[in-house]
Amino acid sequence: MQNDAVLTMRGIDKQFPGTKALKKVDFTLRKGEIHALMGENGAGKSTLIKVLTGVHEKDGGSIWLEGVDGEAHIHSPQDAQNLGIATVYQEITLCPNLTVAENMFIGRTQGQTVKWKDNIKRATEILNNLGIPARAKQELSSCSLAVQQMVAIARAVDMNCKVLILDEPTSSLDDKEVEMLFGLMRDLKSRGVGIIFVTHFLEQVYEVSDRITVLRNGELVGEYAIEDLPQVELVAKMMGKDLNDLADLEQIGAKHAASGEVIYEAEKLSSSESRAFDFNIHTGEVNGFTGLLGSGRSESVRAIFGADRVTGGKVKVKGQEVKITKPHEAMKAGIGYLPEDRKRDGIIADLSVRENIILALQVMKGFFHPMSKSQMEAFADEYIKALSIKTASQDTPVGSLSGGNQQKVILARWLLTHPDYLILDEPTRGIDVGTKLEIQKLVLRLANEENMSITFISSEIEEMLRTCSRLIVMRDRNIVGELTGEQLTQAQVMKTIAGGEQ
Amino acid sequence: MSVRKKSTKKANGLGQLIIPLTALALLLLFNLFRDPNFFSIKIAVNNNGNSVLSGNLITIIDNASALAIIAMGMTLVTAACGGQDISVGAVGAIAGSFFVQVLKAWDTITAGSMILAILVCILSAVAFMMFNGTLVAVFKIQPMIATLILFSCGRSIAYWITGSATPQLEGSIVRAMGMTIPGIPIPTPIFAVCLVGIILALIFKFTNLRLYTQSVGVNQGAARLNGINPTAIKFLSFVLLGVCVAVAAMIGVCRMAQLSHKTLLVDIEMDAILAVAIGGNNLGGGKFRLAGSIMGAYIIQMLTTTLYAMNVATVNVKAYKAIVIIIIVVAGSPVIKSKVSALISRIKAGKLQTSAAKGVE
Repeated sequence: MQNDAVLTMRGIDKQFPGTKALKKVDFTLRKGEIHALMGENGAGKSTLIKVLTGVHEKDGGSIWLEGVDGEAHIHSPQDAQNLGIATVYQEITLCPNLTVAENMFIGRTQGQTVKWKDNIKRATEILNNLGIPARAKQELSSCSLAVQQMVAIARAVDMNCKVLILDEPTSSLDDKEVEMLFGLMRDLKSRGVGIIFVTHFLEQVYEVSDRITVLRNGELVGEYAIEDLPQVELVAKMMGKDLNDLADLEQIGAKHAASGEVIYEAEKLSSSESRAFDFNIHTGEVNGFTGLLGSGRSESVRAIFGADRVTGGKVKVKGQEVKITKPHEAMKAGIGYLPEDRKRDGIIADLSVRENIILALQVMKGFFHPMSKSQMEAFADEYIKALSIKTASQDTPVGSLSGGNQQKVILARWLLTHPDYLILDEPTRGIDVGTKLEIQKLVLRLANEENMSITFISSEIEEMLRTCSRLIVMRDRNIVGELTGEQLTQAQVMKTIAGGEQ
Repeated sequence: MSVRKKSTKKANGLGQLIIPLTALALLLLFNLFRDPNFFSIKIAVNNNGNSVLSGNLITIIDNASALAIIAMGMTLVTAACGGQDISVGAVGAIAGSFFVQVLKAWDTITAGSMILAILVCILSAVAFMMFNGTLVAVFKIQPMIATLILFSCGRSIAYWITGSATPQLEGSIVRAMGMTIPGIPIPTPIFAVCLVGIILALIFKFTNLRLYTQSVGVNQGAARLNGINPTAIKFLSFVLLGVCVAVAAMIGVCRMAQLSHKTLLVDIEMDAILAVAIGGNNLGGGKFRLAGSIMGAYIIQMLTTTLYAMNVATVNVKAYKAIVIIIIVVAGSPVIKSKVSALISRIKAGKLQTSAAKGVE
């Protein structure tokens, strides 16, 4: 046990029915370090964190904390909190309708009365101290997401935490907000707080972390100082294979600007959420909408699919004018749409993997033409295999799968309908590197081999550059540029998004 | 491997029904020990002069008929809308009034007038349920609030329709529908339950109603993006509930051979919701099992009959019923369920380990 360690976990075992989630995992967090916990979905990151925060009880192993004699016993989230382990989750778990100060002190009052005056004073102190741009009396919902996230951290810090766990804190933040958050993290680090940082964004790991622990399949791969582990090797360690796959992608990535006929064409298309825009896509083409969050890229593709109320415009599919105002009409025209928010708009969580896979095809077949059970099973089996979806069985509720596998189920749902034109909005958000690569490869393969037209949207520009042969750049809900061929470089995309001269 | 796959499938199939099945079995056992004669079924001659099966079990199944039918419809509305219709009793009274009015239009009840009355009864119930359905599906009002309207005024409407307090019905057709058909020893309402059950089963087999309803109930946003029309599905659930309510109302009217707008299907809404819950269905919508709700209805009725058979005073019956229901509902609660499944998996894991150890030896 190192003497500067605030947290030492040794030989942690955790078993779930059917799977061994953690096998003899060691983890050490030192004082004043930012320690990235990396691994693909299902590698055991969340389980390890849940063991540490008392959500799950460990089956074996021991945990020591600085300042606690002997082993630390964590049986509930309350125990963890009392021992100085604080967690800030991806989804903000505060009450938006309360003020910042109320959020910071709620559920922490000692004694019978609440001294709001003192609390507000204390909250203001902490906010100033940490440089968080919020006022104590401000309603939380009026703060930006990043500030809300920071308030959650401030709440945790004020509970005198020694160990701060940040679980995917940046996934809904834009670049500027991420910078703010990192500033706060570095500040806390200098005060001696040990931070466990869980994220899918590799660049971010290298920006703030001091050390990386990699898990794979519930086992410890190793602990590395950040300078000893180049990004490429990290990916390799997470995936448990070398990077031939990445090279493969570069090869398949012989993306060609499709010369086929125009399969879909919209003129002055607008919806309740998007401004009028023109758009077209050719057979076998992969193009993408890019722009900052809120630039209107998702709203545009939603308009194409009829997901929001369509308010105007002309749409032609294969040269024929069609009316698409409802998702069902888009589906009949051969369009598929994988929505941005997987949980809210994609999966039907309680239904089985099978039902989720066949849903769209079944709807297209019609209300009075249900498929036979054996047919459904055959389709589900085929796609579970084709996309290597990790699930215990077809009957497993899709909600219990990991994020990446849920995404594959939705992808399977649309592939099963054999669309001519598939819209993928953030298909790789919040999923692990291996699956990301698989999805990118699949996109290119579908376009090249099956002549499918695909619109691909991603927050990671690199990913789009790798897959798209044409990028439509949006800013403030308007299309501000279109990049092809030589122009497809990160610098050019950034410049166009930012609004520099072309 | 394939054997194991099958067994998990079977467990999945039963899962939700374990609690109602156990409750039903325990009630049966309890009665068996209390009074072995409780289950004796005799052939007796009823007051119509037909020889029919009689006994507690028959009485239970017979008396639960209206409840079982409404519970099926309630299950659909619950699954699609994530809420319950509390106006089923009142709409039943309205539909019953239309039924009686049509029959009263002629001096004697003939097969022709009966068919017309049945149609009018079903149409009226469906029409009033469409009112509920519109409020819930189109205007997105919470089901309980939307159906509160007919819950409060439905029985008044029924009174206006009939114009008098308790119109009486006579005739062999009414007796055949409410009690037994001459020559058939099983009470007719039991056949009505089977008929409604079979019709719904056929609908599930030949349409996608189950998949659509469950999808809408679990995540209507996602359902919409997959081309399903949530409004239509919710509306449809109310239409089907209307049909169920009409059948239940006709059973109630024919059984008593009279219509009392005050007592026809009174308090049935709460029992129906309870039946859905006992059946292990999520009252927040989503996945559902009709079989569970039907069992729930029979459990409620068996409980009542058992208590009466034990000579519990009428005023006390509800209190005793409440105690048993608390036990069933708590046993089916998520907290207990997860505790039990954790326990089972621990036992299973233990067994696996010991058997593996033996294998090594």
